[in-house]
Amino acid sequence: MNRKIRVLIGKPGLDGHDRGAKYIARALRDAGMEVVYTGIRQTPAAIADAAIQEDVDFVGISLLSGAHNHLFPEVARILREKDASDIILFGGGVIPEEDIPGLKEAGYSAIFTPGTPASEVVDFINLQMEKRQ
Amino acid sequence: MTSTAGIIRSVCEGSIRAIARTLTRVENGSPDSVDILDGLFGKQQGFTLGVTGPPGAGKSTLVNRMITRYRSTDNSVGVIAVDPSSPYTGGALLGDRIRMQSHATDPKVFIRSMGSRGHLGGLSGATRDASCVFSAAGYSPVIIETVGVGQAEVEVADLADITLLVLVPGLGDDVQSMKAGIMEIGDIIVLNKADRNGIDQLESYVKASLELMPSTMERPEVVRISAANGEGLDELWEAIDRLLLKITREERKNRSAIQTLNGILEETGRNFSEKLLDVEYNGRDAAERLILSGKASPYAVGKKLLAAAERMFQHDEC
Ligand code: B12
Ligand SMILES: Nc1nc2c(ncn2[C@@H]2O[C@H](COP(=O)(O)OP(=O)(O)O)[C@@H](O)[C@H]2O)c(=O)[nH]1
Ligand SMILES: [Mg+2]
Repeated sequence: MNRKIRVLIGKPGLDGHDRGAKYIARALRDAGMEVVYTGIRQTPAAIADAAIQEDVDFVGISLLSGAHNHLFPEVARILREKDASDIILFGGGVIPEEDIPGLKEAGYSAIFTPGTPASEVVDFINLQMEKRQ
Repeated sequence: MTSTAGIIRSVCEGSIRAIARTLTRVENGSPDSVDILDGLFGKQQGFTLGVTGPPGAGKSTLVNRMITRYRSTDNSVGVIAVDPSSPYTGGALLGDRIRMQSHATDPKVFIRSMGSRGHLGGLSGATRDASCVFSAAGYSPVIIETVGVGQAEVEVADLADITLLVLVPGLGDDVQSMKAGIMEIGDIIVLNKADRNGIDQLESYVKASLELMPSTMERPEVVRISAANGEGLDELWEAIDRLLLKITREERKNRSAIQTLNGILEETGRNFSEKLLDVEYNGRDAAERLILSGKASPYAVGKKLLAAAERMFQHDEC
């Protein structure tokens, strides 16, 4: 068996800030994971469909524009609707502290804000994988 | 529902979730994957198109165009997009989907990204198995995009019914230094980025190189396109259709069966050798140590394994 952790990094909506998403994608790759990056300006439905086709273990969403309270829960809702709520959701970007509890309630296991070292994200994923097994 | 028969049924019914899960199983080489593939093999319906060439040549952009073309005739299109895995960490950044976004929510387009993973059997094992899953699920064509490095382009050419080799101007002057024989793997040589300078030069160089091919070999067609602005695509589609007409469904099927057998034989041989190594040397690592310390040559190891196999068969006969 040759199992690999598979992660999809997606950017929904019109937000063009992609440095953080790419930085995280590369860091996860360097930690030995297979990272599907879909590029900017995706609809939540496109991200959910891609996650299902790619059969990823995790979906990480990045937003710096301020639209997270709408777009984050939307991705979670569509994944649930498509019977894929086993995929672990997490996210990051410019997200005010007070919005985080709502996003967690919407199904996000963790939110990472500016300045987070990539190793924290890697640790989070590895821990979740251990819990799952 | 997780029974092998259940999985096979769901894949053939076209369940997206089942196909996705099955692709993961065959890619990971999970224990039940052989039985699943055994069940799916005879149900294949599609044809396969390989797209290979250097990084940045525009393969994904072209694949995106190919999807549009086959969707216009209502085919379901499966795409296997392979990017290299790091040999050091095993990780991979799979970015081919970025150029295929126009089909993001089309339920009849299924795109799967794969890392090359340094598979023991080379890249072809995993792509071959994934292609079988797609084809049995009703996807036709199955398009396989691989970066043309190492052995990958030769392997995709063996696997696909028709292979497109994508070349572009300006990737250094290294058309000159291109690996010997690379031109021969393409059924069609696609000169992409015709909107760029240097395309004439590339075309005359490629044509001159093809002149040197032995006359007994089928010369590939050369088509100039711009995947970005659409120029030349109609000619490319015609070239693909012409080639498809030349091979019957039966021939395609037979070819694919024999290619698959070749792959399986290699894998079986390797697995068998590993088992023999376990018995004779206590594992491959121990055998390697013997060789590295000068106590045995690789030939001596091979000879011993073969003798052990022959003894086994003699036992069976009594
Ligand atoms: C660089 C930058 C730009 C660049 C973007 C270049 C690019 N291609 O990314 C440019 C100049 C183009 C730009 C444009 C704009 N920007 Co700007 N930009 C920034 C800036 C200064 C830094 C962002 C950055 O790249 N940081 C570096 C990366 C590595 O950090 P990061 O993305 O935050 O990622 C980290 C974490 O957030 C987290 N993370 C992020 N994503 C993810 C995903 C996952 C899965 C995980 C686990 C973690 C994670 O991990 C990373 C590592 O710690 C920020 C201010 C700031 N300090 O954040 C404003 C900022 C984001 N921009 C802002 C604005 C308003 C704009 C514009 C609308 C400005 C305008 N009026 O034109 C445009 C919109 C562009 C667009 N199309 O969307 C605002 C957003 C306001 C808001 N949220 O309410 C900010 C916050 C500035 C501000 N204080 O007002 N911007
Ligand atoms: N000028 C030009 N650029 C192209 C063309 N086709 C693709 N590209 C660009 O070449 C880059 C690499 O394309 P991509 O499809 O990702 O190449 P791949 O690595 O071979 O899959 C992208 O920036 C494309 O937009 C073309 O016909 N003309
Ligand atoms: Mg590509």
